[in-house]
Amino acid sequence: MEALAALAALTGDEAKAASAAGSAGFAYGLAAIGPGIGIGYLVGKSVEAMARQPEAAGMVRTTMFLGIAFTEALALIGFVVFILIGL
Amino acid sequence: MIALEFPPINEILRWKDLFPGFNKIALIAVAAALIGTIVFLLAGNKDHKTAPKGVRNFAEMIVEFIENGIIMQTMGRDGLGWTPFLMSTFVFIYLCNVPGIIPFLQMPATARMALPMFLSLLVWVVFIGTGFKHQGLGYLKNSLFPPGVPKALYILVTPIEFISTFLVRPFSLTVRLFANMLAGHILLVTFALLSEALFQAEGNPGLIPVGVLPLFMLMFLTGFEVLVAFLQAYIFTILTAVYIGGAAHPEH
Repeated sequence: MEALAALAALTGDEAKAASAAGSAGFAYGLAAIGPGIGIGYLVGKSVEAMARQPEAAGMVRTTMFLGIAFTEALALIGFVVFILIGL
Repeated sequence: MIALEFPPINEILRWKDLFPGFNKIALIAVAAALIGTIVFLLAGNKDHKTAPKGVRNFAEMIVEFIENGIIMQTMGRDGLGWTPFLMSTFVFIYLCNVPGIIPFLQMPATARMALPMFLSLLVWVVFIGTGFKHQGLGYLKNSLFPPGVPKALYILVTPIEFISTFLVRPFSLTVRLFANMLAGHILLVTFALLSEALFQAEGNPGLIPVGVLPLFMLMFLTGFEVLVAFLQAYIFTILTAVYIGGAAHPEH
């Protein structure tokens, strides 16, 4: 764990910049797990619904887009945190 | 050791002023508003009794898309009065998103926080105003204390409803549009810089053919950004329609 030893050796602004660079990607990576699973599940279920009843495809597609927008917002808030930390 | 120098983020997001207080982002926003207005004004001057062709056909296509694809799906027939507002929002956001892939412009105007924040504050004011107009002061009571919930649960439900309806909605509208466009822009810049750096590798000529790979990725991402520009405008508009419809006629 030389990285931790090197991190402990920095002080002040450099330590902040170093730990920011290390944790910024971590922030977005963790934030992308949940919405990835959620959107995959949602689209899978809506494909199944459209296959079971093709007449309802229009309404299912609209609701699918709505659901994707809501879950993707969470991943994007993580991305904004990544941008904010990384500066 | 091969390293790619990625410029500081201000260099791809901040543009110098053309004249004081007006930079490229403002130019794109003004151009988007003007193009949208002029297209629909020209279409409105054509004869409405004959079959539409040309500009009028195009404008009617957009109106029908908003009416059938957004309003009828979410607000029903009595929401059709909202067509001008929703169509202006959709056309403006779409025309501000598209310059992200137009050569020589290459910057979506919605990738800076000002436009998404203003649009979502506008939508916030509109849907709260609609709630008050349609339900009077009962709007606050219906949204913060939804009927049909046992009274003991109000301690839990009311703060959640307050935060989710009045605070999270404008915030998430803003962040969704802004971060999607910003992420697309940064990805395009990254792959463009990477393929340029690989094509110009003097120290190691074996790397030059490898530069084709980020070039393919850049082409794929540009096509993907066409979809994302349309989709983000569509999602903003349909969420606006859902919020306005929910404020006008709360479903119990």
